[in-house]
Amino acid sequence: MDFLRPASWEEALAAKAEHPTAVPIAGGTDVMVEINFDHRRPEYLLDLNRIGELSEWEVGQESVRLGASVPYSSIMEHLRAELPGLALASHTVASPQIRNRGGVGGNLGTASPAGDAHPALLAADCEVEAESVRGTRLIPIDAFYTGVKRNALEPDELIRAVHIRKADGPQQYSKVGTRNAMVIAVCAFGIALHPETRTVRTGIGSAAPTPVRAKAAEDFLNAALEEGGFWENGKIITPAIAKQFAALASGACNPIDDVRGTAKYRRHAVGIMARRTLGWTWEQYRGAGRTLEGAA
Amino acid sequence: MRVNFTVNGRQQEADDVWEGESLLYVLRERMGLPGSKNACEQGECGSCTVRLDGVPVCACLVAAGQVEGREVVTVEGLADYAKHREDAHPGGGCAAGSCGTTLDAAKRWQSRPTDGQAGEAAPLSPIQQAFIDAGAVQCGFCTPGLLVAADELLENTPSPSDQDIREALSGNLCRCTGYEKILDAVRLAAARQEEAVQS
Repeated sequence: MDFLRPASWEEALAAKAEHPTAVPIAGGTDVMVEINFDHRRPEYLLDLNRIGELSEWEVGQESVRLGASVPYSSIMEHLRAELPGLALASHTVASPQIRNRGGVGGNLGTASPAGDAHPALLAADCEVEAESVRGTRLIPIDAFYTGVKRNALEPDELIRAVHIRKADGPQQYSKVGTRNAMVIAVCAFGIALHPETRTVRTGIGSAAPTPVRAKAAEDFLNAALEEGGFWENGKIITPAIAKQFAALASGACNPIDDVRGTAKYRRHAVGIMARRTLGWTWEQYRGAGRTLEGAA
Repeated sequence: MRVNFTVNGRQQEADDVWEGESLLYVLRERMGLPGSKNACEQGECGSCTVRLDGVPVCACLVAAGQVEGREVVTVEGLADYAKHREDAHPGGGCAAGSCGTTLDAAKRWQSRPTDGQAGEAAPLSPIQQAFIDAGAVQCGFCTPGLLVAADELLENTPSPSDQDIREALSGNLCRCTGYEKILDAVRLAAARQEEAVQS
């Protein structure tokens, strides 16, 4: 094994181009587990810790450019107003020790369907900034997850940052597990209201081969909210609409039975989380002047 | 490969480090500092918690090569670290430079609390003394990680709520105590810290 220690982003890209099998390591919270348990013996480890810019973020007009290695603890602390859904999701990641090291770039690189950030990223809408010596491209999050632990990155590409749309309305995140800390999601649900475009977006974790949006549920809800004038009149969403939204979210799942839960349970729980988080966000939307920040 | 980094305030060098080796392995097996415990090796238990540039992390999930040029504080250096924080850097910490604990002293470090039985007392950090006084140690395996995590909490949150304590220690598993005495110990250390500030 070789340990590559690029001092700059350019050096990192050059190293990845020269050694496409090199495994990037930033927080190490996934990679080191695999090495410790002898599940993986990469030929090259590509350490990204020395590249300071990966741990920085910029808040722009429309979006936040979040460096790939910004730790979850920083997202919780500094970006709750701009990225409330992701801040809530970050708070559910493992433990303080893990949140101090792990970041969204690693979650995307690993692309596990159980990654905590994915539902929040899907709901908020974002683009992944992938770069290689050949150039930079922005991959829409909807096109990023391509299979179980597979993503749209080319072998010579590295994730530099994620451009996440700033919240223009309430966002919520819910995760099912056996306790509040140190839990891999049995399943998870993210929701974001986008009042500016009169749309709702969702994300489901751990209930399909990849993180997915509940598109049919979104389409149904967008039409129902439009038809009932809910965005303007701010009325309580009728139970029938919430119920149908939950059923369609449940239908968007394609889960498996495993040690953490059965497929049937996951479908059921995603429906419950969809209904609840819709209720929470809609109450926040209706309550004038109430904070858009997550409760993380 | 060779790795140079600061351990408990002193510059150290580890040779012949395997590229896939963890910081935990380097500390325990190459530096003779077994205080950080090796249990799950997957970041689930927190018993290997150390400070990396001041931040609590699981040493088992940090690749040795990633600590090049950085500062690590282990439980063996905690008493000196806490004392130094009190004396030289009130309200903050310091893991660099000439302050700190020599590797030799760290290797020989033992808990010698003022319980009247152990003869001459060696200085403990306030959180270590509080763990003893509150009876928060049973088998002791989780204790080093808990001490490092709790000490960091009290450094940054001088008057933590119960919620703050639970959150800060949520990454440290203890299979003996049921946590109540551990929570008591952190409350005790916080109360003593407050008293010290007021007096």
